[in-house]
Amino acid sequence: MTAHDPNQARRPNSPTTTYLYDNYDAAFVRERVSEFREQVRRRLAGATTEDEFRPFRLMNGLYLQLHAYMLRVAIPYGVLTARQMRRLAEIADKWDKGYGHFTTRQNLQFNWPKLADVPDILEALADVEMHAIQTSGNCIRNVTADHFAGVAADEHEDPRPTAEFLRQWSSLHPEFSFLPRKFKIAVSGADEDRAAIKVHDIGLRIVRGPDSEPGYQVVAGGGLGRSPFVGKLVREFLPREDLLAYLEAILRVYNRFGRRDNKYKARIKILVHETGLDQIKAEIESEFAAMDRSPFAHDAEEFARIASYFAPPPYETLPAHSATLEAAKKENRAFAAFAEVNISPHKVDGYAIVTVSLKPIGGIPGDATSAQMRALAEASEKFGFGELRVSHEQNIILPHVKKDDLHALWKMLEPAGLATANAGLLTDIISCPGLDYCSLATARSIPIAQAISRRFQDPERQRLIGKLGIKISGCINACGHHHVGAIGILGLEKKGRESYQITLGGDPSLSASIGELLGPGVSADQVADVIEHIVDFYLSERRGDERFIDTWRRLGHARFKDAVRREGEYGADI
Amino acid sequence: MALLKNPKILVASDLRLGEALFLGPEGWTPDCLAATVAHDDVEAAALEARGKSDVAANRVVDVYLTEVEIGPDGSPVPLHYREKMRIRGPSVRPDLGKQAWLGQSGDVK
Repeated sequence: MTAHDPNQARRPNSPTTTYLYDNYDAAFVRERVSEFREQVRRRLAGATTEDEFRPFRLMNGLYLQLHAYMLRVAIPYGVLTARQMRRLAEIADKWDKGYGHFTTRQNLQFNWPKLADVPDILEALADVEMHAIQTSGNCIRNVTADHFAGVAADEHEDPRPTAEFLRQWSSLHPEFSFLPRKFKIAVSGADEDRAAIKVHDIGLRIVRGPDSEPGYQVVAGGGLGRSPFVGKLVREFLPREDLLAYLEAILRVYNRFGRRDNKYKARIKILVHETGLDQIKAEIESEFAAMDRSPFAHDAEEFARIASYFAPPPYETLPAHSATLEAAKKENRAFAAFAEVNISPHKVDGYAIVTVSLKPIGGIPGDATSAQMRALAEASEKFGFGELRVSHEQNIILPHVKKDDLHALWKMLEPAGLATANAGLLTDIISCPGLDYCSLATARSIPIAQAISRRFQDPERQRLIGKLGIKISGCINACGHHHVGAIGILGLEKKGRESYQITLGGDPSLSASIGELLGPGVSADQVADVIEHIVDFYLSERRGDERFIDTWRRLGHARFKDAVRREGEYGADI
Repeated sequence: MALLKNPKILVASDLRLGEALFLGPEGWTPDCLAATVAHDDVEAAALEARGKSDVAANRVVDVYLTEVEIGPDGSPVPLHYREKMRIRGPSVRPDLGKQAWLGQSGDVK
């Protein structure tokens, strides 16, 4: 039974590769915009105080930062159409300062909106089936997913239907709109975990059961922030039929037992850690067994309705090998580097997944100008069925590009400053906005990313180093995911100055681990030096193509610590 | 009346724009250099009282006192790097924020 009617989907979309709003969805979002418009009007008229207004603005993704308001727009499970990307560009030009910042949770932030303009911005978003609902506040946040969903060669099931199913379940959920703290869910359906499911409040990995029935591996209690934890496996296999009921059970246990006396201990990770895995599993299973599950009974028809929107586009039948691509690589070294680094295997022969890096050398990680947004929209229409993805690594993905078209695409991206060949390499740095924008930050993070990026700008050196994730946060809240960076950097205040702690050995994947502290904090101008010493030591010790994280695990943290300490003794300024 | 260890100014955010404002003799100003400086606890309390009243009047939000030093020209300069950031704008975008029109760009020390 569903309130939705696919016949009412409001716009043509041929091919249909993304979720479409029907009248029900559209009315839901419009009502929220109207409601917030009235709340803003009353606030500006002095009818409500800031204390009264704050929860309303946060529920609509509106923060007050150091220099201005900031509006966080949801990009559900990272999926964008060209039309939506263009609308983001229009908003950036009309109501902001000509750019936006793609975040580590598949959202986009506008840094300069005026309070009075925000209802109009939300209206403009609603026109293209977007919103900012639940991008803030103590509720279930934007559900995130693998940015290669539906196209990855190693995928066994597309996570987007599950993510959309959960988005609809969690939107304005009456029981979970005032949780002890925010709650984040991530979904993956591939061999490789690109959604960092083990460091989310709930991580879902789509798997098959004993009789090949679809279901989920359920991980709970992961998270970063002040107290980082890798999530614990609470269900080895959860049949799809039980998905909503089981998640209800987890949320109910959290809602009942999660701490509300101390916001720093209020996340479910603390509850799981303090209660213990066996006990928390018992609580969840007990709630699951006792609850009236009928309201959450699996609606296969509704799941199928949602899944139908994520149909593959009309791919051509092509050979796996592209002679055009190989010829172009031979003719153009810069393109060859791009093709080597920024292209990932596609599940359909003759196609490729393209990662467009938003990390130009010395640039601001995740920022895109309105002109770049339009260029990306145009590129997706010309070469990728008008579909884009946003990764939690703050890059843009073109998920369906013919190998034969890759060189033409590169020629289009290059003049827009969107052809940096560094996806997954050292300069593909994740960074939060830090103290340049954020009122919670204790130090700047963007200038640190820029300094490291410039230090390692030589593309050949980057490729020699290989895959290496550097992640930077400007405060303990860890929006830059520093805990799970192979090299993590945390900006803090020490004696009235910015100071940076460095951690090694973090891993956001299925082999997740939390980084270990290298030593005392260093000043901003020392960070790039320390990173260089760490990388040099890694290169001197690695075996073959061994990744940084594997070398670190083989040698142990103490060896790296000792190497950096010795560099300091030999005169390096660290 | 007790002298403050460091002089203080009153900082807030504009309700409509979210921009950092400073309380001066003529009211709230986006220019830190025009801020009224409190040198003792009585002056600081007077600034805070005015801030509280302007919060109640829905002119500003998030009001707080911050320590400053007095520059050679007599102007207040925040001591903490966080407020130094607020009087200029993002250090990575010198074309944006107050620094774009106040000519206050430079390194945050």
